[in-house]
Amino acid sequence: MSKKILLDKINVPGIKTYEVYRQNGGYASVEKAMKAMTPDEVVEEVKKSGLRGRGGAGFPAGLKWSFIDKKSGKPRHLVCNADESEPGTFKDRYLMEFIPHLLIEGMITASFALGANLSYIYIRGEYMWVYKILERAIAEAKAAGWLGKNILGTGYDLELYVHCGAGAYICGEETALIESLEGKRGNPRIKPPFPAVSGLWANPTVVNNVETIASVPWIVNNSGDEYAKIGIGRSTGTKLISASGHVKNPGVYEIELGLSVYEFMNSDEYLGGMSSERPLKALVPGGSSVPILPADLIYKTANGEDRLMTYESLSDGGFATGSMLGSGGFIVYNDTSCIVRNTWNFARFYHHESCGQCSPCREGTGWLEKVLWRIENGQGREEDIDLLWSIQSKIEGNTICPLGDAASWPVAAAIRHFRDEFEYHVRFPEKIKNRNHFVTEPFAQVKHLVGNQTV
Amino acid sequence: MERTNYKQEINMTQPLMNRINELMSHYPADKKKSALLPILHEVQDAHENWLSAELMDKVAEILEILPIEVYEVVSFYSMYNQRPIGKFMFEFCHTSPCCLKGTEDLMDYTCGKLGVKVGEITSDGLFEVKGVECLGACGYAPMMQLGDFYKENLTEDKIDQLIADCRDDKIILHDK
Repeated sequence: MSKKILLDKINVPGIKTYEVYRQNGGYASVEKAMKAMTPDEVVEEVKKSGLRGRGGAGFPAGLKWSFIDKKSGKPRHLVCNADESEPGTFKDRYLMEFIPHLLIEGMITASFALGANLSYIYIRGEYMWVYKILERAIAEAKAAGWLGKNILGTGYDLELYVHCGAGAYICGEETALIESLEGKRGNPRIKPPFPAVSGLWANPTVVNNVETIASVPWIVNNSGDEYAKIGIGRSTGTKLISASGHVKNPGVYEIELGLSVYEFMNSDEYLGGMSSERPLKALVPGGSSVPILPADLIYKTANGEDRLMTYESLSDGGFATGSMLGSGGFIVYNDTSCIVRNTWNFARFYHHESCGQCSPCREGTGWLEKVLWRIENGQGREEDIDLLWSIQSKIEGNTICPLGDAASWPVAAAIRHFRDEFEYHVRFPEKIKNRNHFVTEPFAQVKHLVGNQTV
Repeated sequence: MERTNYKQEINMTQPLMNRINELMSHYPADKKKSALLPILHEVQDAHENWLSAELMDKVAEILEILPIEVYEVVSFYSMYNQRPIGKFMFEFCHTSPCCLKGTEDLMDYTCGKLGVKVGEITSDGLFEVKGVECLGACGYAPMMQLGDFYKENLTEDKIDQLIADCRDDKIILHDK
């Protein structure tokens, strides 16, 4: 069993409630931080831990905290990003639903470190029942004296509220999230200024993912150095991975960073292998935005090294032969899956979720969706594949926020690794009429047809 | 902005107003507008799950903001409905990880069973089937959102049961 620090008590009966959570050592980090440490010492421990943002970008959390403007004297805010919406990702929901007080404890300790007196958890509107769970848990914490005025007699005040979104993936981008929290459309802001200087209501603000904040109590209780001992190199600590698709045991797992992809996929402690006798075809290791990996690049890198569940190993080889750890949304495809259909589906998602501010993204995502649909629907043209490549290359890097990149990468990777499958769709439209075309006849069985025909 | 002739009876009950005032208290007194999204959810839930222009105007009045500030938010977010919807809206997640587990076939089955296409309301006004983007339940596919709750690991049998339970009024839509 690998080390668990977030979900270690998830199976304790009643851990959802304040009493049980407290009896199991809950809220100790708040006591320790407020009574035995200064806010800067808490920030220092998080820096030492090497904890990296768990929402997808992997930016060092302690460093992000250290950027917060304390000189201006403006009120400061901590905002938890619980707008989990990246396809393939459902880990934060699990944590909030089953051990809500861990997030609340983390919010209090982290708010203390940042000197924030008014903090929010921004949760996606669809998780409405989880919103209610958090509201009740906050009320319990407040009744027990962990929130409000003069917490533990230290003179430190903190109010914490949950705020719900209403269905917009873009609000997971931190500046769009702030706009949404201000009661507006979720249009990302141009940076700089960064939220650490001008965020919520133009006040200095830190936005962190649920899992990032939930890791803080353990770091404060056990020290940053102890946390840094878990994992490998710059990938310290544990990570929640949400696994879906054609695996035997889909669900949320806490792994020690550095576990091999092979073990995660095949060990009975984790995914237990494929869900049927159909073989592995592809993997999206970190949510829909990250490049898809073909079977031969999943367990080994292009150099022949074991592929590990770390930020570095999953991105080994760059986009040519690697991918990203991202949010830990681990989507597994067997050989009945159609990569063209999957890519079209993701393109539809990004088109639907584009906020519409930047032309390359607003228009480009629509083009990607339409061109992919006509290929998948048997009306593709030979030049469409190059057209897709051209469109994605013109979106990437040309937008205010990373949604444009997120829409481009899956298309680029699908063409890079599965170009022959696109060509098959274009050349044999009669064979792909049924949407489940590879269920009866997996691509491996018809692949030779593409090679036989020249254009 | 979609403008329709649908009529909606506006009923800002005392419990609803109490909840609205409580939500406003979560933000600084001069930042009341921040409460807009949570308030719209509450108001919509209390008005058969949709928001007419008149109802949005009412929300603007309460928050002391311009009506356009409410319209532009309502039209941006997918969870706000600007027309009457089926009482039981089956919102299937149709993003790829769910589709790998047969969501499209199950949506076809559900539509066939109810005699509607995606986006249509059954003639009794009870049901509507919709495809929505990733709901964050990829490991428990196929799944749908029904009111405030998720129905996961769905099968044809579970859909049959769910439809029966809706007809018998055994389904709780909102957690109030």
